Amino acid sequence: MTGAMSMNLRGVLAIFAAEMARTRRTILQSVATPVLTTALYFIVFGSAIGSRIQQVGGVSYGAFIVPGLMMLSLLTQSISNASIAIYFPKFTGTVFEILSAPLSYVEVVVGYVGAAATKSVVIGLIILATAALFTPVRVLHPFWMVAFLLLTSVAFSLFGFIVGVWAKNFEQLAIIPALIVTPLTFLGGAFYSIDMLPPAWRTVSLFNPVVYLVSGFRWSFYGLGDVSVQASLGFTAAFIVGCLLFLWWIFRTGWRLKS
Amino acid sequence: MISVAAVTKRYGGMLALDAVDLDIARGEIFALLGPNGAGKTTLISIICGTVSMTSGRVLIGDRDILADYRGARAQVGLVPQEIALDIFSTVWNTVVFSRRLFGRPSDRAYLERLLRDLSLWEKRDARIIELSGGMKRRVMIAKALSHQPEVLFLDEPTAGVDVELRRDMWGLVRRLRDMGVTIILTTHYIEEAEEMADRVGVMKGGRILLVEEKHALMRKLGKRRMTLALDQPLRELPVALADVPLALDHDGRRLVYTFAGSEHGAVPSLLRRLAELGIDYSDLDMTRSSLEDIFVDLVGQRA
Repeated sequence: MTGAMSMNLRGVLAIFAAEMARTRRTILQSVATPVLTTALYFIVFGSAIGSRIQQVGGVSYGAFIVPGLMMLSLLTQSISNASIAIYFPKFTGTVFEILSAPLSYVEVVVGYVGAAATKSVVIGLIILATAALFTPVRVLHPFWMVAFLLLTSVAFSLFGFIVGVWAKNFEQLAIIPALIVTPLTFLGGAFYSIDMLPPAWRTVSLFNPVVYLVSGFRWSFYGLGDVSVQASLGFTAAFIVGCLLFLWWIFRTGWRLKS
Repeated sequence: MISVAAVTKRYGGMLALDAVDLDIARGEIFALLGPNGAGKTTLISIICGTVSMTSGRVLIGDRDILADYRGARAQVGLVPQEIALDIFSTVWNTVVFSRRLFGRPSDRAYLERLLRDLSLWEKRDARIIELSGGMKRRVMIAKALSHQPEVLFLDEPTAGVDVELRRDMWGLVRRLRDMGVTIILTTHYIEEAEEMADRVGVMKGGRILLVEEKHALMRKLGKRRMTLALDQPLRELPVALADVPLALDHDGRRLVYTFAGSEHGAVPSLLRRLAELGIDYSDLDMTRSSLEDIFVDLVGQRA
């Protein structure tokens, strides 16, 4: 095949389908684990402890933590899915096939990140359905809820892809989600409103990027937010642009992909 | 088919390829020989797009591998040195994946024929993890051929495979060449190059020492050796034969004559002179130096 090929759609779909097939092979790890973990959060925080906590902004505590828990799973799953997706071919050596295929860098990223983000969105929706079993959930702005769901999944799948390219071993692969993302998410208002914090800690929290994601997402559910929805959207968009710029540099230089 | 011009590759301060020039014709089998670290794999990896070059230019079928990477890469299949497969995938799925990755539409008939040719059809539903090493290597070849490339790169294709499989692969490579596929292989087995290649390139220290048609190379650089089993041992070489490069072996019972492969008429002349000197012999043995001997002479070490 030597004819001009403006876009290798089959190649993108091949990567996408292979990644989705990998999820089916590891369905317990990919889907059941986050759902079970979330269910446990609801039992512990929503039912056991939450029943003793007052409403937050007119919303029961169980319902209040739903967007935060969804965001916690979205972030960790997006990063985990996308980072493993590119790290594993690097580890096994099969990445040579991707690098030698007639695929543009954008197409490679769309294939891997698209699959990782799709998985995250599906998991997010499953968690939402699971949450509805434990607490009454309403979505005030469905369009924005879906928009935040998609944007956050894409943003952190892009970030995960970068982590996967950067990682030289499995320890490095796990270190970013475990030591940076999870603490930031827990301290990012997943389980509380930052208005509950003392003023100094509230100010510190505003430097935590996850605050903006959780706040925007919670606003789409209940109309409540720690920061303005514009700030949340702006941050998410800026994060995506930052990741894209970094990825552009990675592919331009071949950093940790090509020697 | 492939034109490599002044390709240089540096890893930090280490010069892996030093302004390499190489042209490969459509439909030929080209063997790249060289000791470890010669730069063979680096050169192949640059042509296939898995390693970036520091400078230079590579064309595949007149398409620049950087400016028109899609057109260039679409023509190429690569079988790398190491077996690298998704071990949880099935043979069929991994081959279909490779074809789609290269943007080719589905063609079950072609892929079935390919797997049958490689004796993999019966294993099409087996997971890679269940296959033997030889089968995995064949799966690598099937993946590289899945998109019907015009050029196939085989980096050490038979390293670590048994003799039978090696012969099978040689047969396959010849069939591919007969179908018009250009084949470039690197190998440590000089026997492999001698058996299959139309032309041979020898690399050392990031440079190409020579590129030559195989038979011409063996004629030009090869040596022949005639060994005579003498009826009576000689203590020393006759003075009358001082102008001939002779040596005595086996306590003077054998006379060894080494001469250039391209030299004609030297043997009858020597035999006549021996008869004149009354030196009789009971047996005569002729050997020709192999490509490996030539290679060792060129690079000073075994491949």
